[in-house]
Amino acid sequence: MTDVLGIVMFVVGGVLFVLVSLTVGRLFRPRRPGQLKGEIYECGEPTVGKGQVQFDLRFYVVAMLFVIFDVEIALLYPWAQVFRQFPKAAFWDLAFFVGLLLVGYAFAWRYGYLDWTRPRAGGQADDDAQTPEQER
Amino acid sequence: MNAILGPLITIVCVLGAVLTLAALLIWVERRLLGLWQDRYGPNRVGPFGLLQSVADMVKIFFKEDWLPPLADRAVFIIAPGIVMAVTLLSFAVVPWGPGLAVADLNVGLLFVLAMSSLSVYSVALGGWASNNKYSLLGSLRAVGQMISYEVFMGLSLLGVVLQAGSFNLSDIVEAQRGLWFCLPQCVGLGVFFVAALAETKRIPFDLPEGENELVAGFHTEYSGFKFAMFFVAEYIGVTLVSALTVVMFLGGWLGPWLHPVAWFAIKTLAVIAFIVLIRASLPRPRYDQLLALGWKLLLPLALANLLVTGAIVLAQGE
Repeated sequence: MTDVLGIVMFVVGGVLFVLVSLTVGRLFRPRRPGQLKGEIYECGEPTVGKGQVQFDLRFYVVAMLFVIFDVEIALLYPWAQVFRQFPKAAFWDLAFFVGLLLVGYAFAWRYGYLDWTRPRAGGQADDDAQTPEQER
Repeated sequence: MNAILGPLITIVCVLGAVLTLAALLIWVERRLLGLWQDRYGPNRVGPFGLLQSVADMVKIFFKEDWLPPLADRAVFIIAPGIVMAVTLLSFAVVPWGPGLAVADLNVGLLFVLAMSSLSVYSVALGGWASNNKYSLLGSLRAVGQMISYEVFMGLSLLGVVLQAGSFNLSDIVEAQRGLWFCLPQCVGLGVFFVAALAETKRIPFDLPEGENELVAGFHTEYSGFKFAMFFVAEYIGVTLVSALTVVMFLGGWLGPWLHPVAWFAIKTLAVIAFIVLIRASLPRPRYDQLLALGWKLLLPLALANLLVTGAIVLAQGE
């Protein structure tokens, strides 16, 4: 109970600190907006197009990998906690689970989803599929 | 009355200690970098330049709090607050000594991991709300890097949980009384340390801010106190991962002769100095190298570490 109270008070304290330090400066600091100051910073060049551009789809693949493996970790944490109660069953469960996961991992590796630079779309990892390191 | 006053004192002490440490760390880092790169570092303000951080803070308080007119105002303001708040909150469960934690949660480790993963939002939102291409690219890189390395960080700590049989950080420290986990869990330590560096976006994993490509990455448009928030939060993050490394692998407050808190402080400072040494010496990898290192090396290593640890604990039990 006191632990929860401590956490709650710490959360309130931390958030309050952030809010206060963000707002208290308003009393001292100047405020002089200007036309040139308001421009988007692109190293002095006139900006082209929107700032919120469409970005690379490969980030989506990374996010997918993250979801897959993070769910796995979420399942493994309670498992690690009870390991000592049923060591034998828990260990073989783990071996099975990780083995299952390795199949997916091998698939992702084979079809190049772990590579940032892929030779062509569709994930066909041919022999000519080379990452920049291998070319050297 | 005491039920409230006691935690209140601890909270004020912990918040004060963490913030002072983070401010001091900026000076420590610049001095150490100076030492290792054969130059001076800040040495003008106060004795040995000790008051440099104070001067910086005073200056930043008087700077205009500038908002880009095209930015998403609410999100732009909230973003630096998120990272600051969640990194501070992670310290709630870090045990500084026996019984010396704001909250001795039995799910302490999960709390820390949850909090540290929340800081992704700050970077993603800040970069998107800035309405600037550099910011967007930087924040995307940061998100890709942080969510990837979060996986390895979580996996590498599983071995420790397995050996200690608990999520409670104090229990984990106590379980290291005979042998620090840095020896049996050396693979875990390696994976955790690399992942922790990437999570804090420190050199060599500072691609999200890569100055020579992206100006300043996700905080290009930030200035004044909001920039300081990102900046200080990075140093609080460094303190946090150092403290976590000490708690998980280096025996926490355990040690002979000295006071436990002193041991904890010494070990944490040593890890921080090591992180600074890494910054002083290593170059930055390319983005594909960064992801390949994580997904093709750290992930199999962490999984293998988990399996082997499980097998050993199983063999010990029989």
